[in-house]
Order: sequence, then structure tokens, then C-alpha cells
Amino acid sequence: MRAYTPKDDVQAKAYYTDRYYVAPQVPKQEVETDEVFAADLAALKEKFDVKESFIQMKQMIVYINASDIYGVLEFLRDELTYTQLSEMSAIDWLAKDNTFEIFYQMLSMTKRKRLRIKFFINNGDAVDSVESLFRCADWSEREMFDMFGIEANNHPFMKRILLPYDWQGNPLLKTYPLEGDEFAAWYEVDKIYGKEARDVIGPEIRDTARVDRYDSERFARLGFEVPKGTEITGNEEPNKQDYQEEGGVFLVKKFTKDASKIIDDPQR
Amino acid sequence: MAQVKNRLTPFFENISFDREDNELILNFGPQHPSAHGQLRLMLHLQQEQIVKAHPDVGYLHRGMEKMAENMIYNEFMPTTDRMDYIASSSNNYGFALAVEKLIDVEVPRRAKVIRMMLLEINRLMSHLFWLATTALDIGAMTVFLYAFREREYLMDIIEGYCGARLTHAAIRIGGVPLDIQDTFLSQLKTFLDKLPQNIKDYEDLLDTNRIWLMRMEDVGVISTEMALSWGCTGPMLRASGVQWDIRKEEPYELYDEIEFNVPYSDKGDNFARYRVYMEEMRETAKILYQTIDMYQETVKNGQTDLMAHAPKYISAPKIDIMTQNYSLMQHFVLVTQGMRPPVGEVYIATESPKGELGFFINSQGGPYPYRLKLRAPSFWHTGILTDLLPGHYIPDVVSIIGTTNIVFGEVDR
Repeated sequence: MRAYTPKDDVQAKAYYTDRYYVAPQVPKQEVETDEVFAADLAALKEKFDVKESFIQMKQMIVYINASDIYGVLEFLRDELTYTQLSEMSAIDWLAKDNTFEIFYQMLSMTKRKRLRIKFFINNGDAVDSVESLFRCADWSEREMFDMFGIEANNHPFMKRILLPYDWQGNPLLKTYPLEGDEFAAWYEVDKIYGKEARDVIGPEIRDTARVDRYDSERFARLGFEVPKGTEITGNEEPNKQDYQEEGGVFLVKKFTKDASKIIDDPQR
Repeated sequence: MAQVKNRLTPFFENISFDREDNELILNFGPQHPSAHGQLRLMLHLQQEQIVKAHPDVGYLHRGMEKMAENMIYNEFMPTTDRMDYIASSSNNYGFALAVEKLIDVEVPRRAKVIRMMLLEINRLMSHLFWLATTALDIGAMTVFLYAFREREYLMDIIEGYCGARLTHAAIRIGGVPLDIQDTFLSQLKTFLDKLPQNIKDYEDLLDTNRIWLMRMEDVGVISTEMALSWGCTGPMLRASGVQWDIRKEEPYELYDEIEFNVPYSDKGDNFARYRVYMEEMRETAKILYQTIDMYQETVKNGQTDLMAHAPKYISAPKIDIMTQNYSLMQHFVLVTQGMRPPVGEVYIATESPKGELGFFINSQGGPYPYRLKLRAPSFWHTGILTDLLPGHYIPDVVSIIGTTNIVFGEVDR
């Protein structure tokens, strides 16, 4: 029987973890320890439902309801001077509890503060687009859609951005395989030449380091060169490689180290 | 189809004729020499004027975030080189800093100084490269040759330090691997002494050049609101009237001990961006002079450490590994299994030559990051073309792409 491998997270795993190892935590501080953040949070709490908030690495992290995101970002931008959305994306927690965690990294240039707005959505749910507040979310949301398959409501152009439109799957999901399967090996052959050419061309070789020493079509076989396409037996004589005849060639001088001049001033 | 005698019937695969109006769709790229990489622009044209622009990216996508999730932290370092490959040390640094914050180690002072030198040399290299290629796009071949000559000297210095010219991988998590070579400071000084004259030469060629001014002035105007809304950072933002430099506002390394100005302009056009880049080169030279003094001070004070001491996360110096059993065991575990940072999240932004380079890391206590998001400035500097290009003419596209200074290694990641 084969060993069971979980299908909901197929990413690389540590091959050994001490059974008594307890991972330490990055310390979290109360929001009250920073006056600027405390004031911002108080203002935010008056209008919106704040689930959790703390300071980590000098940045405030605020958990809100998924439905509030447009209002919260509008409030942050217009009232609290968080005028830039630096980054937004998702974290895949599907294996744990079938949710995605969405984060919005905000920057206030007048306060010199950064905070992160976060919320959870269930698998298959969409987020509200903030593209009309921050134009950069146009591309970020498309990237999130591309990488996780999370759609944004009211987005003007919800299409893949980095991958081709006909791509299957969402690469940053933990369920996304790290190696191509049987289908992937034939994908380009089918696409470019058609299925009927499979016998002629063969599957795509995905091992980038593979060298076939009996292949005289694609590999040079350094030191044992033969004409292209020759059948190779493995008993070829080595080709003695001389870059220049002893007698010398017209205009070309043989390199002798003693006669050469070494320039040691790097500025020349 | 019948041939009309006095008219050619060309076959344009890029142009669709089945429209009521005269709108024409032009595919610009992805193999256009002035697209600075694999940028494809779908331009809707009315005559020569652009009415709609649709940038299409992803031709260089290598899935770096995915790669990061399946690599130990140190393993990912050389991959960051391939983001902004014009200034690769700045990517190395952004990643190293984010992990250092996560594991909470303090980098020794000499390593900090060396890192700052590398960062600023990279900034100069990047800006010189920007100037060269943009000027070449506009048609100023001479500037290209001059700027590449200077960049060559810098690449030689870097090559002397780490052996690579483009993909340096010269920074490690916790410090730097090597001290600078003996000739480093003298070479750098020689270069810096010449630099003001070099910059003046470029400016003499460009500042009053009629063609340059026509292509640059009042072309591609980005308002402050637009720059903020599109997430513009770095010179793109500073040329649009926001004096925001992360080195100044949220200082990392030893930037708070250094005197430098943050040049900015409120014009927002191509020419403003050009001026910001030129002034930044001068400021960078100023910073480099100060780092040379700082380095000599560390020599005087005998601060020779180059890597932080944190045996849980960072391998001991080579001499210890070769002589002490416990250091060797630690090193073995750190190389084969990788460091395991604490559970938590970090977002660290640094000022790369292109803008705010951010690394968001979510660690779940394992040797692989659970989620790593790369915030590359060029991504949004490409996106802004959607709103920036309409209203401009085809030749302006080239100069606008030039001054946005986008690098596709980091747009597509």
C-alpha cells in the first residue's frame, strides 16, 4: 500500500520536525501602546465592527467583516489619511478551515504608519472590489483572481493577469501540484502539433538537467563530437582539440602567458 | 477579392477593420525594443491618438511567490536577484531585511555599512541604466554610450566584490558573506570623484536639447492623486509632488545617520521624472561618500563582524564550523532543513531604485514561508499606463514607458 499523502496541501513539507518543538511567536502588542494607532482604531470602531486588533512589527493589524471592506478603506483613505494601498492579496487556509484570509496593506504618509486590514472569506465567496477607491486594486484583484481564483464584485475587468487566459487552476493554492502530470507532458505537443503528432514527437521532457549521451541530435558531447545524427555506440575515439595549428595561422598569434600584458589598473 | 489597381490590400493581422468608426487596435510588443522587456500594450487608436490602452503583462512570469513557498529561506535569496535584475542587491536586501525582522536579529555595523554601499551602488547602476535606455529610446545614442561606460565601472566594482555583474546575491540573511576587497574603496572613490562631471555631461547633452524637451516636457503628466491611487512609489511618486522616500521616513540600516536630500518635483511629467533621477544620482553619490567614511570608522573601531550571531537561525562563521562540533551540527541543520522563524507576519518596505519594494511574509513556524507576497513597484507603474496613455500619441508611448522605469523581472515575478 502506498503511503497516504494529504491532497489538500501538496506543498513542500519539512522532512523532519522534532516532536517536542513548539514554534515561538512573533510578539504582539496591544493597540493602546501606540497613540496614533489607538486613535485610528477608536475612530474605526465607532463606524465599523472590528473583530480583532493588535500591533505586530510596529504595524497595526485589524480584522473586520468581509462586507465592510469598501467602507473601511474609504474611511481610512478620506478620514484617517491612509492614502495608499501598498499591496493586497490572499492567504490560503483551505486545508485548515476552508477559508481565505484577505489582507490590504495600507500606508499613511502623513502619519508615517502602516496598517493591515484583514478578513476571512469562505471558499467560493467573492470580495467587494475597492478598485474605485484605489486604482491599483484593479491589478491586485486581478492577480488575486489569477493566483487564488477569488473573484471581486464590481471589478471592471475580472480576467487573469499574469497567466494566459486558458490556464487551468490557480497556482498559489496549496492544492496546486508542484510537478506536471501526464496531461502536462502532452499539453504543448497537443497544442502546437495536434494529438496525432504524439507518436512522432513524444512527451515533453520536464527534467531540465537531463542529458542523453546517446543523443547526437541535441547534445554536443564535448570532446567526443560526432556528425549530427550519427548512431552512437559509446566507443568513439576522443577528439583531440587543438585551437590552433603549431605552425601558426595568418594574422593569428598563439597565446603565450609570458608575452601577455596584464592590466592591473581596474579603471584602465 | 478583387484587386483595386492603385491600392494595395495589405494583410495586417494586428488591425481589425470591422468597426464602424476609424478606431484601430495596435499591438505594441511583447517584442518591441522600447517596451523594456516583455510588455504588450493593446492600444486603441484614433488616427495617431490613443483612446484606450490595455497593458498586458505576464510574459516573464516565473511564479516566484510559489517558488518561495517551497524553498527554505536562504534558498530563495538568489531567486530574488531575478526580480529587478538591473539592481539585484536591492531585492536581496529587501528579502533579507524582512526575514531579519521576523527572526529578530541585529546585523553587525560593518555589514550594515557594506550593505548600504551595495544598495547605493545598485541605485546608481539602475539610474544609469534607466538614463541610457530611455535616452536611446528617444534617439540620444551618445548618452547611452556614456551612461553604459559609467555603469561598467560600477559593475566591475561589484564583480570584484561578489563575482557577479548582474545577479549579485551579495547579501545574506543576517549580514553579508564577505568583507569588501582591498581595492573597493579606492575604486569607488575614483568613480565618485568623476561622477559629478559625468552627470553634468549627460545634462549638457539633454537639458537644453530641443528634441529631448519636446518628447519630455508636458508629456505623461501624472497628478498627485493619480500617483497615490495607482500605488506609485519611488521617483514616480516624487516627480508627482510627494516628497516620500522610505530611507528618510522609515529609516532602515544606518540611513538615519546620513545626510541626504530627497529631490522631488510637482510637475509630474516625463521631464520631472528625468530631473528626479538625475538629482537622485547626485544624492546617492553623497551617501556613498559618507558610507566610505563610516566603513573606515568601523575599521578603526575594530568592528569586524559581518554576520549576526544567532545560532538558532544563522550559521556560525566558517572558522567555527571547521573547528567546533556544535557549530558544524547547527550549520548542517540550517543547510539541510533551513531556519524556522517564529509564527507571525511581517511586511517590510525598502526603497529600491524603482520604488517601494515590499516583502510580506507569513510564517507558520516551518522552514518554508507559508505565504510570501512580493510587492514590486514596477507592477503598478505598468498598470498606470492604462490611465496615463489615453490622449497621448504613439511616439509618447515610448517616452512614457521609458520614464516609468519598469523592469519586467519584477512586474511578472
